[in-house]
Amino acid sequence: MSEFLKHPGESSNDALPPEGKAAAHTRRVFLFKLAVGMNALVGAVLAVPLIGYLLGPTAKKKSGVGAWITIGDVTDFPVGETRLAEFRSPVATFDDGDTAKVSCWVRRVSAQKFQVFAINCAHLGCPVRWFSESKLFLCPCHGGAYYEDGSRASGPPERGLFEYRYRIAGNSLVIHAGDMPTLATQASCKDKPLVQIAPPTPETRSTTWEG
Amino acid sequence: MGRLNESKTSRGLKAYAWLEHRLGLIKPLTEAAEHPTPSNNASWWYVFGSAATVLLMLQVVTGILLALVYSPSASEAWTSLNFLNHNVALGWYLRALHGWGSDFMIAIVLIHMVQVFLFGSYKFPRELTWIVGVVLLLLTLGMAFTGQVMRFDQDAYWGLGIGASISSRIPVIGAQLVHMVLGGPIIGGATLSRFFTLHVFVIPGLLLAGVGVHVFMVLRHGVSDWPMPGRLVRKATYEREYHELTEKTGIPFVPDAAWKDAVFAAAIIFAVMACAFFFGPFGPGGQPDPTIIQTAPKPDFAFLWIYAVLAFLPPGLETPVLLVAPVLGIAAMLLLPLIASEGERHWARRPVAVLMVSVIAVTLGIFTRLGTYTPWSPIMNAWSSDAVPVKYMHDRTPLEREGALVLQDKQCRSCHSLDGHGGLRGPELDSVASRMTEDQIVRQVLQGGGNMPAYGNALNPSETKALVSFLMTLRGDGLQPAIDASRQLTHTAQSDAPASPTHVNAGLKP
Repeated sequence: MSEFLKHPGESSNDALPPEGKAAAHTRRVFLFKLAVGMNALVGAVLAVPLIGYLLGPTAKKKSGVGAWITIGDVTDFPVGETRLAEFRSPVATFDDGDTAKVSCWVRRVSAQKFQVFAINCAHLGCPVRWFSESKLFLCPCHGGAYYEDGSRASGPPERGLFEYRYRIAGNSLVIHAGDMPTLATQASCKDKPLVQIAPPTPETRSTTWEG
Repeated sequence: MGRLNESKTSRGLKAYAWLEHRLGLIKPLTEAAEHPTPSNNASWWYVFGSAATVLLMLQVVTGILLALVYSPSASEAWTSLNFLNHNVALGWYLRALHGWGSDFMIAIVLIHMVQVFLFGSYKFPRELTWIVGVVLLLLTLGMAFTGQVMRFDQDAYWGLGIGASISSRIPVIGAQLVHMVLGGPIIGGATLSRFFTLHVFVIPGLLLAGVGVHVFMVLRHGVSDWPMPGRLVRKATYEREYHELTEKTGIPFVPDAAWKDAVFAAAIIFAVMACAFFFGPFGPGGQPDPTIIQTAPKPDFAFLWIYAVLAFLPPGLETPVLLVAPVLGIAAMLLLPLIASEGERHWARRPVAVLMVSVIAVTLGIFTRLGTYTPWSPIMNAWSSDAVPVKYMHDRTPLEREGALVLQDKQCRSCHSLDGHGGLRGPELDSVASRMTEDQIVRQVLQGGGNMPAYGNALNPSETKALVSFLMTLRGDGLQPAIDASRQLTHTAQSDAPASPTHVNAGLKP
C-alpha cells in the first residue's frame, strides 16, 4: 500500500499499522467507486432528457406530419395544362421565413382528375422545371427528366416524381403536404409504387453521351 | 543609464519568475518549441501542417468577428449577409477572408496529407497521428459543408435538399435521419440553427481539440526524419535510430527549422488576404426562396467532384455507392497506418503509393472540372436563345426548314448542340445523319433510349417527319449519310442479285 501513500503526512492514517492502512484504503476506494457509480447513475438519468431532446425531430411518426392545404381554385388550372402553384408549408414554424414557401406542379388531366407533383427531383431534391413544348420536366442539377405524367424519362432518378395526395373541396384544390419529399419521407405524398428502373435495355447507339 | 537598464532587466526577470512560478507553462512550452529535431527535416516540404494550423486560427478569429453581425435565422440570415457585405464597414472583407481562408485551409490540409503519405511519415510510431489527422480532414470538410449552409442562399437551400435526399437513401432509418438533418420535416429555421450549432460550436471544438492532440503527438514522437531509400522503418529499431539521428544532427526546432514554417504561414495568410481583397466574398447568391425555381444549384468547390460523380452513377448503383464508398474510403484512410506501419518510407520505393496519389488526384481533378461546367445538365434556355445556325438553313426544302423549327420548339437543343451551342447531355447533331440512318433517327426520337426521353407523345407524325428530314440534312462537312448495312444484305439475299456498285462501295467497304 505504500506506493499509494508515498508522502508521510498526506494521510491521517499514518499512525496506523500497515493492516489498518490497508483497511482504510479499501474503505476509501470503495467510497470512490460508489461515488463513480452514483455519477454514472445520475449521468444515465440525465442522458434520457438530453438525448430525447436531441432526437426530438426524429420522433414524429412517418405519416403523422402534415396537413391538408388549399393551393388554389380548380379553375386556376386549365384542363390539359401543367402549372406552377405555391403554398406555405403547413408544418412551418416561427423562424422559417421564405423557406416555408413550397412550389408544386399541378397537372389537370381532366375536369376531376389532377396530378400534383412535388417540385423536388426524385434524384437529389433539386427543383424540376416543366417544359410544355417537349412535355418534359427537367432537373437542372443532374439532368433528370420526367414525362408529363411524372414518370421517369431519363437521367439519374430511380423513379418518377413524388406526388401529393389531393382532393377537390368545392372549387378548391386541396393537397396533403408535410415532409420535404425524399425517397424515405414520401409517406405524405400519394402512395405510388416506386417506378423502378427497367432492366437495362440494349444500347441502340454507341455514341450516347455517357458512352 | 547602464544601471537603469540593469534594474529594468532584473525587474523583468522578477516578473517572469513570479508568473512562471504560478503558471508553470512558459518553461515547458519553450523547451517544447526548442526541442532538437533532425536537421534533414528542416525542409520546405514540412511547412504545410503548421500553415493549416495558422489558417485554422484565422478562421476562428474571422468566424468570431462575423458572428458579431450574422443572424442564424432562416428569415434573416441571407439579409444579414447582405448587410455585412454592403452596410457594415469592412464586413465584405471579413466575409471574403473567412471564405477564402476556408478554401485555402482545405487545399493546405490536403497537400499536408499527400506529403505525409508520400513521405511515409504515417508509419510507426506515428500511426495514431495520421489517424487523428484523417479525422481532422473530415472535420475540416464538415466545416466547409456547414459553412456553405451558413451562406443561406439558393445554393445552400438546395444543397441541404441534396443532403437530405442522400440521407433518405439510408435503409431503415432514412426518414428519421432526414428529420435529424433538417431538424424537422422541411428545410427551414430549425435546419439553419442546427448547422449553425455544428459550424460554430461542435465541429470547431472537436477540431481544436483534435489539433491539440495531433500537435502533442508530433512533439512526442518528433517530426519525422527525411525518408531515405532503403532505410526501412522497423518497430524494433526505428525509435533508437531516430533518437541517434537527433543526437547527431539535431537542431532546435525553433528557430532553426521553424523559420521556414513561419515564412510559409505568412505567405499563405498574405495569399488569403490578397484573394479576399481582389476577388471579394462568396455570395450570398439568390435569396433562399424555394419558389424561385429558375436556379441551378451547385455546391462549393470542395464538393464539386461529388456533385459530378452523382451525375454519372447509373441509377441502380447510386444508393449502394453513396452508402458504401464513403465508408470504404474513410476506413481505408484510417486503417492505412495500421496495415503499413513498417517498411520503406521513400516515395521512390513505393510506386503503388505514388500511383494511388496520382490516380486519385487526376480523378478528383477531372470530376471537379466537370462539376464547373456540368455537361450533364440541360441548357434550359438554348431552345429560345440559340437559333439554328444559318448555314444549316441554306438550300433546305420547306419541309426541312419546318423541321428546324420543330427542333427548336421541342427543345432538342436543351441537350443537343448545333455548331457548338446547346446542351452537352446528348451527342451534338451537326453530323447526326452520318451516324444514324433515317429509320434509326425516327426510332430514337419517338422511343428514346440511351438516356434520351421518348418524344412519341410530344410530336405528331407531321412534326416527326419534318424533324427527321431536317436531321437527315445534318451530315457535317459533306460526310456520307449513314447506311444500314444489314438491310443491304437482306435485300441482296432476297433479290438474289448483286447490289448496285455504289451501295456496295458505301456499305460493305470496311
